[in-house]
Amino acid sequence: MTDNASPLSEERIAYLEGLVRQARTAAAVFTQCTQEDVDRIVKPMVLAGLEQAQNLARLAIEETKLGVLEDKVIKNMVATEFVYNYVKDKRTVGTIREFPESGLVEVAEPIGVIFSLTPITNPTSTVLFKCIMAIKTRNAVIFSPHPSAWRCCSEAVRIMYETAVKHGAPEGVFTCLESHSLQDNDYLMHHKDVRLIDATGGPGAVKAAYSSGKPALGVGSGNTPVYLEKTADLNMAVVDIIISKTFDNGTICASEQTVVIDDEIYDSVLKKFADLGAHICNEKETELLARTVIDPNTGFMQPMAVGQKATTIARFVGLSVKPKTKLLIAPIQGVGRAYPLSVEKLFPVLAVYRAKSVDEALKVCLDVNHAGGLGHTAVIFSRNDEIIQKFSEVINAGRIIVNSPGSIGALGAVYNDLVPTFSFGCGTGGGNSTTDNVNIYHYLNIKRLARRRQAHMWFRVPNQIYFNMNAVENLRQFPSRSTIIITSPFLEQIGHVDIVRRNLPPQTPVHVMVIPDAEPEVKVVMHGVETLNFYKADQIIALGGGSVIDAAKIMKLKYESPQADLEELAAPFLDLRKRVVQYPTEKTNRAQLIAISTTSGTGSEVTPFAVLMDKERGRKVTLADYSLSPDVAIVDPQFVMSMPKGLTADTGIDCLTHALEAGVSSYASPYTDSNAMQAIRLVFKYLPIAYEHPHDEEARSMMHNAACIAALAFSNASVGVNHALAHAFGARFGVAHGRANALMLPHVIAYNAAVPTKFMPSPYQQAYVAHKKYATIADLLGLGGHTIEEKVQNLVAATEQLLDRLAIPRSIADLGISKEEFERAIPDLAKIAFDDPSWRSNPRMPLVNELVELFWSAYRGRGVTKVASTSQQQTSQLQTV
Amino acid sequence: MDSIAVLLKIDGERVAGALQEVREKLDGAQGEIVLDFSSVRRVDPHALRALEDLAGSADGKAVKVVLRGVNVDIYKVLKLAQLASRFSFLT
Repeated sequence: MTDNASPLSEERIAYLEGLVRQARTAAAVFTQCTQEDVDRIVKPMVLAGLEQAQNLARLAIEETKLGVLEDKVIKNMVATEFVYNYVKDKRTVGTIREFPESGLVEVAEPIGVIFSLTPITNPTSTVLFKCIMAIKTRNAVIFSPHPSAWRCCSEAVRIMYETAVKHGAPEGVFTCLESHSLQDNDYLMHHKDVRLIDATGGPGAVKAAYSSGKPALGVGSGNTPVYLEKTADLNMAVVDIIISKTFDNGTICASEQTVVIDDEIYDSVLKKFADLGAHICNEKETELLARTVIDPNTGFMQPMAVGQKATTIARFVGLSVKPKTKLLIAPIQGVGRAYPLSVEKLFPVLAVYRAKSVDEALKVCLDVNHAGGLGHTAVIFSRNDEIIQKFSEVINAGRIIVNSPGSIGALGAVYNDLVPTFSFGCGTGGGNSTTDNVNIYHYLNIKRLARRRQAHMWFRVPNQIYFNMNAVENLRQFPSRSTIIITSPFLEQIGHVDIVRRNLPPQTPVHVMVIPDAEPEVKVVMHGVETLNFYKADQIIALGGGSVIDAAKIMKLKYESPQADLEELAAPFLDLRKRVVQYPTEKTNRAQLIAISTTSGTGSEVTPFAVLMDKERGRKVTLADYSLSPDVAIVDPQFVMSMPKGLTADTGIDCLTHALEAGVSSYASPYTDSNAMQAIRLVFKYLPIAYEHPHDEEARSMMHNAACIAALAFSNASVGVNHALAHAFGARFGVAHGRANALMLPHVIAYNAAVPTKFMPSPYQQAYVAHKKYATIADLLGLGGHTIEEKVQNLVAATEQLLDRLAIPRSIADLGISKEEFERAIPDLAKIAFDDPSWRSNPRMPLVNELVELFWSAYRGRGVTKVASTSQQQTSQLQTV
Repeated sequence: MDSIAVLLKIDGERVAGALQEVREKLDGAQGEIVLDFSSVRRVDPHALRALEDLAGSADGKAVKVVLRGVNVDIYKVLKLAQLASRFSFLT
């Protein structure tokens, strides 16, 4: 090791640059190797390591003066044979794993140049381990061994390198610093071509690695607590602890440091330790030991004790022990600086603590864990699974070894199925990036190839839909012990309830619940639920428009699942299938909901939506779930024959808006398209007739069907920005929903047909197709036109003509709203419209300023809407980008 | 070598040697030299060093070295070795 204080000379920098260049070249060339190539190299490396295991162990002992020869041989063999056994069948080149069900493929990318620090305690085994990992993953490594283990490490690197190159690895794949200083390490840690620092060593080296700003693998120091619980197999536990703590004279940082023993077994355990060759220190000996092997200034172990035999330490301390003493055991009464032996001791000195209870034992183990061992290793001996579980929850350790030796257990693949390693990740507790046993996957960048999936879609509708004149007669097939008809005062007054009653099976007990014809309030719903409970209803017939049917849906929900929290169920969501709040599936009561619609617009008889008015908070709550969909829908035009003209127009345009928005929705599918297109066709053909000739039975019937068919489409494809605008505008100015939709509709068609400023991400659509779908609708309606633009323009014109024919006001201004008043409202309108979930399925993501412009377009009115040329907009878009 | 544009095919079995020969021919040359790599499947560290040396020599002699038919794996090696920017490439 050179002088750490002097700056690097030019020659030294040139030397280090040469090493990096060589490694970079090797790593680059290595990327051309196949899996077969690297596997062909790894095996002879492993065999060479095995062959040299004893030689390298001997070199390590001679040089470091630490540990036990026999154990170092075992370590070298584990680092080669056991690691090989783990890596040999693993894919590390190209595709390494496939997940066909999710369309994901993992592809390996080497890291490049790795700068690796290796420790004094496990010198050659760590080098062998890292060399095998590097070749398996096609990386180049520059080694910087601990200065007191340089000769044995450089020999291990040489053996691995020569074998690897002989079998096809690129020249320069491993290099070892000929000598090093902290400045060398610092230079290499900060070198731009070093891609990863793998620091296995003391806290200083690890800290330097993490401080470099480079991606780093650094292992933390340990302080392994052991809980020896009274149900444990004591003979096994004592032997395992001795095996572990004496293995290589305790140099593995996962080895046991303080054993916390239940009071009931404490004496017995200590006797067993003594019987098997441990020396139990008395109070005076413990104090003497602590004073000698722990630095009183730093509180850390004295380096001179590391890796020494128990007898050597005893002699040094001045203890009188038997010649073959394996272990020195020192009872302690607490953890922390006042109890010096409670820290990490990488030599065969073990602290023991007598615990009066499980609670105390766990707390002392936690104290040890927090006294320098966070994230590293912990050990428990017990047959009590609950205590083992509790121990694992309390202690922060990357490896929690159960009923086996800590050090060898943590190395993996011997006593358990942990990944074999010589680098223990300690997680954030130890200042590390991983809690894993460091392995080949930490030497790879794993790329994930994610194929576009064909998103699952759905088409969910009520079980039964009965339609056409007198469809209400189908009620006869639904026997019931208690039926509740929910309706409005007006419908009861004009005799619609009587029609329903007449068509129920004879003797059906019926109760009529009349509710206000307005969006249902919470108190109305809760009163209704009380009624359902009182009559023990098994059938609910909702007879009315959207408000009545919505009320019935919510009453049914609360009747069947009283625990349903309406406010929680109204929580916003982006994707119905991924929503956070799930609707209840457990039901206290069961009732069938039959919906009979008396308007031709909302389609509530088949939709999974319900709107609730929360007057206390002054807001509307929208509930959406397929469990809200009625079980049976009856679409009988006899109930709409008397609808007034204005209502016919408004609800008819609501139906058209549903169909047009579902048709171009980002959730549209062939299933919803067929319904949307058919509904549009029916509206254009029959709405003017139903409006102008209210008693035309065919027109009424077809409009009633159109509303239901459009609802089938938007129940599954949702709506769009038109609804977001109409909701905001209608609520602010008290304009009926259908009419508010109508005022926006031509402008929204033109807007959606233009190339979006911002595309809407949607896994359900292959491309932007809204303009083409509008063109298809124009074709379906026979509107003519040669180009897409012409067809869309014709659709806008036809929509405007329909609105004119229905005497829908031509503009917001025509409603008597002054420009000044509208201008004042615009900021709020835009904000509310943007918050509205309706546009989330719009084919074009609306920007707030675009919402403002749409509102102004609607204010100015129809007849001036122009469809932008999609090709011109495309060009403009490209130029802007 | 006095010609303005020369096309040389690189032997895939002895890339480093071939590149060394090219480098020796650069003395006194001008213009552009096109090296056909279409028969080269892989490169080793010797070949990379030879390419680096060649790039260095070409820089000093106002000769543009163009590599033709380099497969994508070798192209990636040149990128990783930070040599790609020193050559022009022809597909």
